[in-house]
Amino acid sequence: MFDYESLRVIWWALLGTLLIGFAIMDGFDFGVAGLLKVLGRDNEERLVLLEGIEPTWEGNQVWFILAGGATFAAWPMLYAVSFSGMYLAIALVLLALILRPVGFNFRGKIHDPRWASLWDWILSGSGFVVMLVAGVAFGNLFLGVPFRFDGDLRMSWQGGFFDLLHPFALLCGLVSLSMLLAHGACWAALKADHVIAVRAVKIARWMTLLFAALYVLAGVWLAYGIPGYAVVGPVVTDGVSNPLYKQVAQGGSWFAGYMQYPWFWIAPLLALVSAVGVQALIGRRSVAGFIASSLMVGSTIASAGFALFPFLLPSSLDPRSSLTVWDASSSRGTLQLMLIVTAVLLPIVMLYTSWVYRVMRGRITLEQVRKAHGGY
Amino acid sequence: MIIDTDVVTLSRLQFALTALYHFLFVPLTLGLVWMLAIMESVYVMTGREVWKRMVQFWGVLFGINFAMGVATGVTMEFQFGMNWAYYSHYVGDVFGAPLAIEGMMAFFLEATLVGVFFMGWDRISRIKHLLVTWFLALGTSLSALWILIANAWMQHPVGAAFNPQTMRMEVTSFSEVFFNPVAQDKFVHTVSAGYVMGAMFVLSISAWYLLRGRNVDFAKRSMTVAASFGLAAALSVVVLGDASGYTVSLNQKMKMASIEAMWHTEPAPASFTLFGIPDVQQRKTHFAVKIPWVMGLIGTHSIDETMPGIAELVDAAKGRIGNGIQAYDAMLMLRQDKDNVQAKATLAAHDQDLGYALLLKKYVDDPRQATPADIQKAADSTIPNVPVLFWAFRIMVGCGFYFIALFAFSFWKASTRQLDTQRWYLRLALWSLPLPWVAIELGWIVAEYGRQPWAIEGVLPTALGVSSVSAGQVLTSLGGFVLFYTALAIVDVMLMRKFIRKGPDGLGIWPSSSSPSPLAGEGEELAAHSRQSAQ
Repeated sequence: MFDYESLRVIWWALLGTLLIGFAIMDGFDFGVAGLLKVLGRDNEERLVLLEGIEPTWEGNQVWFILAGGATFAAWPMLYAVSFSGMYLAIALVLLALILRPVGFNFRGKIHDPRWASLWDWILSGSGFVVMLVAGVAFGNLFLGVPFRFDGDLRMSWQGGFFDLLHPFALLCGLVSLSMLLAHGACWAALKADHVIAVRAVKIARWMTLLFAALYVLAGVWLAYGIPGYAVVGPVVTDGVSNPLYKQVAQGGSWFAGYMQYPWFWIAPLLALVSAVGVQALIGRRSVAGFIASSLMVGSTIASAGFALFPFLLPSSLDPRSSLTVWDASSSRGTLQLMLIVTAVLLPIVMLYTSWVYRVMRGRITLEQVRKAHGGY
Repeated sequence: MIIDTDVVTLSRLQFALTALYHFLFVPLTLGLVWMLAIMESVYVMTGREVWKRMVQFWGVLFGINFAMGVATGVTMEFQFGMNWAYYSHYVGDVFGAPLAIEGMMAFFLEATLVGVFFMGWDRISRIKHLLVTWFLALGTSLSALWILIANAWMQHPVGAAFNPQTMRMEVTSFSEVFFNPVAQDKFVHTVSAGYVMGAMFVLSISAWYLLRGRNVDFAKRSMTVAASFGLAAALSVVVLGDASGYTVSLNQKMKMASIEAMWHTEPAPASFTLFGIPDVQQRKTHFAVKIPWVMGLIGTHSIDETMPGIAELVDAAKGRIGNGIQAYDAMLMLRQDKDNVQAKATLAAHDQDLGYALLLKKYVDDPRQATPADIQKAADSTIPNVPVLFWAFRIMVGCGFYFIALFAFSFWKASTRQLDTQRWYLRLALWSLPLPWVAIELGWIVAEYGRQPWAIEGVLPTALGVSSVSAGQVLTSLGGFVLFYTALAIVDVMLMRKFIRKGPDGLGIWPSSSSPSPLAGEGEELAAHSRQSAQ
């Protein structure tokens, strides 16, 4: 049906789509959770915020599970190297994610302000951890990570948790944090009682401003301060998936792709235009404002993916071991089958997801919450 | 490459603990959700409010359990990459697909609908809500299907071949992977076990209410559903367990021989050792009480096929290690020159034994340098832990037959409307509550501990599958899991107890008297709970 090269490009795009799906869908859940204590001044207000994400957050989180599963199936080496290499960072995210399902469910099960407050802190903290670490991890992709393969394609990694905390990576963490807090605030502006929505609008505006500034700063730093990677010699796009068959040099620019394909610029420009859009729209038309923040999230991730292309995970230790779109994928048969499966199933998923959002539509008011919970 | 045995041990410990812990919650979700679907169907068909309230009450408990299942499930997917990186690389091309399909086909469905199940009662029509519950149930079972397809491939790796250029297994036939006979037996056996657990949960807790004289109507109805559903499930779990045993004996002869502690091949049909003390040192079973013919019938479904014993299988393994070394040598030659025709032919002839050469990596860096003593050690290492398998299997099977008896008796009691006439029966039903957990956890120990030393049977030894992480890192994450999981277990049990003790009457879901009208206005607290039960 498709040749190996096309399948790899399609799966690169699909990986991006799943990550963007995760960031847009689950991102606002993390954002709302992160802002729980800021937006919600008392228990009732926090209940309003939680009820705004409760019916749908679980489905949203599947975007993350699926992004993980699809990486395993389509990019097994990327999955193996990144998850084992960044071991403690991933473990941290994992522990944060473990607390979310139970947090949402258990919080209201005991009527005690200390109990509720404990879970508020936990949900909020786990939101912060995931938003930050995701950004830091992405930042490290540009810096290159210290791994190499031996002849059996067994990976070894030289470095620990604290090596991931390079200032540029931390900046990327802040980009991710401000972006998703803005996105979460936009959801709260759309979904929560007007008392809370007014606060959310303010935060959304500040956070998009902060995001735009940090995003531009990161871009400038990337252009002038971080050397890029490039495949040297012949690029075989439909060969076997063995990273050691190529040569890679460090020292070019991460913007090389942008020079080669000028349409890549659409992504960063859209990210900034959407940030302006959030500023303009969120106070008056919250649905449009939320769409703008979704575009902002999606195009930011796309702009990073474009800069990296064709790299998935560059190696600073042994550049030749770097994983690229052309040599880290599954076999052609697996990519093909998974593409068919995705083409059939993902639209169905989107169909029933939108049905659920429609059933659960409408602003959650303080009135409703008081009536339903009698205070808790 | 030297594999750090501490990392292997710690990674295995972490995987085993987190998997066994995860499976405390999964089967209850699998079973309880169908009970909810049945109860809600009765509600929609009869329009009687009590059935809706039953769905809501058991739904609260389902919600607590579901959250734990989801929370601990994420760990499983992450761990392959974190702790088993070489495994992920070596078999990701095959193994990743069912996991990804599980996400798309099943987990999305259940996770998206569970919110509507809890919070949608007033927002959608009865029929639509019923459909949501049914699809939720379908989603959980489909989820099990794909996970078990992945697991079955670890037990019986079909439809894949080794590619020396990418140093990994690659798919040759997805239909063989998806329609793996082991997967089908395992799926029905595993979900049936979950259904038994769900039924036992409802049966036991309802029995407790009857012992206390509380929620009598409510509990009797619940018990009736549990008894019929449980009887069907218990029969299925034993019958399909037998089918599962049959496929194991076809594909994992060593596992079968170890379960039976059959040290040497017996003349067909082999006898079943009901009781005995397996002695690993002397390779014999003391005080064996044997039932003639039974094992041969279970294992071969015939009376004239022999089942190989452990000693004979170790000899066979030695031969496969020899072939594997040739395959390994050919693989290294192909790495130098990928067009070497002779090496290609050698690899093609022996690639199904390549994994056996990899067993040697535990003792020697280059399998081609292995001494006869190394080969003997590697062959001996193919014997799993016989006493553990022997006993785990027998306790599991014993539980299975007990479930049939208990549910059959319960079914008779329910049919003759005598559920609350004998207190000893109610006590028996109550105290049987932990048994499905015992049986199911032991079942997984038989399946996975019995697969050792392989991660993928005959293809990839477990020790080779680990990541290049340090023991300190694994210890850190393991400590984190132990801490979090212990805290969550305490909270889970505390909440379950709280809501069970409160009961439908205490929660205002259904009045404690047998009056058919619900207490007006007291459904509020329930509404709040079922709303919060969303995840």
